[in-house]
Amino acid sequence: MVYIVGLLALVFLILAIMVLTRLTSVLKGANTDETTEENLGASASNRVNGFLFIAFFVLGVVGATWSFLHASQFFLPEASSPHGRHTDSLFWLTMSIITIAFVVTNALLFYFAFKYQYRKNHRATYYPENHKLELIWTVIPAVVMALLVFTGWRAWRDITKEAPANALNIEIVGKQFNWEMRYPGVDNDKLGNYNYKLIDAANSLGIDLEDEQSFDDVTVSSEMHIPVNRPVLLKIRAKDVLHSVFIPHMRVKMDAVPGMPTRFWFIADKTTEQMRNETGNQNFKYEIACTEVCGQGHFSMRTTLVVEDEESYNKWMAEQKPWLTKNPDYLARVPEKLKAKAAKYVPANSAETPSDSTAAPVEEGAGASPSASLR
Amino acid sequence: MATLETNAAASAAHVEEHDHHEELSFIRKYVFSEDHKTIAKQYMFSGIFWAIIGASLSVLFRLQLGFPNASMEWLRPLLGNWIDESGKLDKEFYLAMVTMHGTIMVFFVLTAGLSGTFSNFLIPLQVGARDMASGFLNMLSYWFFFLSSVLMFSSLFIETGPASGGWVIYPPLSALPQAMSGSGLGMTLWLLSMAIFIVSQLLGGINYITTVINLRTRGMSFSKMPLTIWAFLLTAILGLISFPVLLSAALLLIFDRSMGTSFYLSEIYIGGEALPNIGGSPILFQHLFWFLGHPEVYIVLLPALGITSEIIATNSRKPIFGYRAMIASMIGIAFLAFIVWAHHMFVTGMNPFLGSIFMFLTLIIAVPSAVKAFNYITTLWRGNIVFTPAMLFSIGLVSFFISGGLTGIILGNSALDIQLHDTYFVVAHFHLVMGAASAFGFLAGVYHWFPKFFGRMMNKTLGYIHFWFTFVGIYLVFFPMHYIGIAGFPRRYYSFTTYEAFRTFGDLNMFVSIAAIFTFTAQFLFIWNFFYSIFKGKKAPLNPWKSNTLEWTTPLHPGHGNWPGEIPAVYRWAYDYSKPGATDDFIPQNVPYSQTPESNLPHENALIAIEKEIEAQNYNDQFKQPH
Repeated sequence: MVYIVGLLALVFLILAIMVLTRLTSVLKGANTDETTEENLGASASNRVNGFLFIAFFVLGVVGATWSFLHASQFFLPEASSPHGRHTDSLFWLTMSIITIAFVVTNALLFYFAFKYQYRKNHRATYYPENHKLELIWTVIPAVVMALLVFTGWRAWRDITKEAPANALNIEIVGKQFNWEMRYPGVDNDKLGNYNYKLIDAANSLGIDLEDEQSFDDVTVSSEMHIPVNRPVLLKIRAKDVLHSVFIPHMRVKMDAVPGMPTRFWFIADKTTEQMRNETGNQNFKYEIACTEVCGQGHFSMRTTLVVEDEESYNKWMAEQKPWLTKNPDYLARVPEKLKAKAAKYVPANSAETPSDSTAAPVEEGAGASPSASLR
Repeated sequence: MATLETNAAASAAHVEEHDHHEELSFIRKYVFSEDHKTIAKQYMFSGIFWAIIGASLSVLFRLQLGFPNASMEWLRPLLGNWIDESGKLDKEFYLAMVTMHGTIMVFFVLTAGLSGTFSNFLIPLQVGARDMASGFLNMLSYWFFFLSSVLMFSSLFIETGPASGGWVIYPPLSALPQAMSGSGLGMTLWLLSMAIFIVSQLLGGINYITTVINLRTRGMSFSKMPLTIWAFLLTAILGLISFPVLLSAALLLIFDRSMGTSFYLSEIYIGGEALPNIGGSPILFQHLFWFLGHPEVYIVLLPALGITSEIIATNSRKPIFGYRAMIASMIGIAFLAFIVWAHHMFVTGMNPFLGSIFMFLTLIIAVPSAVKAFNYITTLWRGNIVFTPAMLFSIGLVSFFISGGLTGIILGNSALDIQLHDTYFVVAHFHLVMGAASAFGFLAGVYHWFPKFFGRMMNKTLGYIHFWFTFVGIYLVFFPMHYIGIAGFPRRYYSFTTYEAFRTFGDLNMFVSIAAIFTFTAQFLFIWNFFYSIFKGKKAPLNPWKSNTLEWTTPLHPGHGNWPGEIPAVYRWAYDYSKPGATDDFIPQNVPYSQTPESNLPHENALIAIEKEIEAQNYNDQFKQPH
């Protein structure tokens, strides 16, 4: 990295020195020159500027190439998801096309500036239009764009289509300033309902216990675990302001919007362990970041993502206690007819207390709305 | 001919009479002036003032990004409690600076400063009008802008800090004071200031449009208008259609903030309580915001492209290549600008089908943009290029426009945008294509029309040094920034040390910061040159760049009314440079074809017949009305 700085600084320094030296000489020599209007263009400054465009272009291309090669080692490693690898290859394809356009057009721009600089007693060519030429360079970008759009559209369509039926549903909820996850639990594959009005200090996700599917739901706030090679559907929501789930290595990004659940599904096909071996970094961790500004802690909404094989994932899942088990007081929220079903998640000793309503968790939210299922 | 003479006599008499009662007080002449040239200068000085503020903010947060471990204690005299006990920049103030930098640069510098200065100055001078259609509205427009500036500026000094939710002020963050302190009074001032700003823009815009349509001089048909005027006209139309939508978005946000409505708020639990708001949509705000926000990009860019067209043609001593194609592509861009806004929202949870539609529409806009770039390059081809400072900045603009525009092809592709959305790749992209390109348009315009503004010349050598430092500096800032973006670094991060994935590139960030500080410092060359030349610059000749447009036919210091006699008539387009057979390498627009038989093209000889008709046309001289 030091080299990048060094080289770019050098490029820049050389240019600066050139400008200064050449221009001071121009200034000295041109004082008499510039008084006559006719010589405005022919003055030495014109040659200097023309030359500098070429110098800038050459040094710029060298600097750009070198710094790119040097910087590329710090780019994210190959994506750990199939869709990510696909968009990466599209990215580099597009990048190479635009790099060609970038170099060619800038080269022409600077070369023409140099080549056709003012000469005394010379006339520019009166060349106001050429329909054929214009047609050609309207059509070529249009065709290239059409190709890019088409490939991009196909990738986009595949990425945003409905998640496969066997996808693991995980809810990820953004709040100032961390992420919380909810898993559907081991007994059924479904996440229970929620209602933001049920949120309180313990029930930070607003889990609705009138829905029997929420009994076995597991909440986690330290790190997210997912199995490798199995589609994962993130059900994304936000509690307070906008957030955005960003998993750089998976090429996953989707905003978390209060009041409007969003989703993104992907397949992770490299475990954390595999990545450690591939990158040679034994401390490697997948990370989840926030990319929608959400307040002063925006830059530190970090959660780690553990990708593991199905077996260790199941083992980890089995170790997690359902939320209801950890918060037996909330059994009081369960409707009478479902109490029996819920009881199995509540440790025996605390199972009796909930019938005593005074022990029930305080504040029923602003709770007048019994229509808990908002989705 | 008889009518012509009487007209001329009448107009001369009128001017005399006009001069007679034009004893304006100092206040009416320089403060509450209705003269478009004075108003343009007011906008220019305000724009430069705001540019210094906006750029200084960027230097402050670049210090934080480039030197995250350095103590900022030395800034305490300036920032006070925004430096916390440990000598670090306050995290919310970091966001506040990012927000204010964006707001100031986009709206106050590149919208008001650029359009306000050059539309006001050039429209009457280049279409051949005495002044704007309504001088009074024009004056109001500036003073509304001034009021809005005062409000925005004052928000920098309040205790809870200015608006901090990003220049896009997405709710709920901007709607809830409990979410961040900048969303309190700071946000109120922001919204108030922007509402007034929009009023100012609408007053200005309607004036520009009316003037261009109604007050063109005899013979100045739309097909003979300089591209600058086309650009200003389209810009004003864009603003007139899109700014009201931002106003409505801001009003609804004001309602949500202070009247308990739920346009943008739904199911929010914050600060230990569930808010009662149900049914609103934060996405609605984004749609409304970007319905302005995207055209805004072109509101900022089109005037710069118009200015560049004029300067490149003049200094290449060549007609602009593909005049009609240039107009067509500007109209195309202006039209498409309204139907691409949701490409800012690919990953907001918007329906993916809409995403596909907006991707198609977005990438279409690359075609007219490419045509413009090619046409600029072809204009240089076989020219006789004079490198005035304005010309250098115009060539720099084209380079930025290409370099920044190309990465737009990547970002406009929704599949690729997933990874790059809200990363530094986006920051690099729009700073090149919209920020730097438009700023170069402004600088080019100032260098080019300075002789018309102040009757003096700016120092060329300082202009050259300023250009090279700025041009190189901007590339050094924003080119490496793409790398940071490709590596996935999210924008608006106070520091990157929390993440392992973003722990690299520390020294590249430092390099970018140094380059930014350097570029910022180099601007003082311009500031000095600008102010020095106003008072001490060399006296300018009447037409220093040998340009064809009408503004160079006015006296060195045009009075109120611009032309002392009658307004010149226009017979030809603005780009008759280096015409074969002509004695000089330029033929101003007001020279009739009958006077240039040696250089007329066959179809132009036919136009000699209608010259009398043009001369007999209505003067459109609003000073002839009693007032």
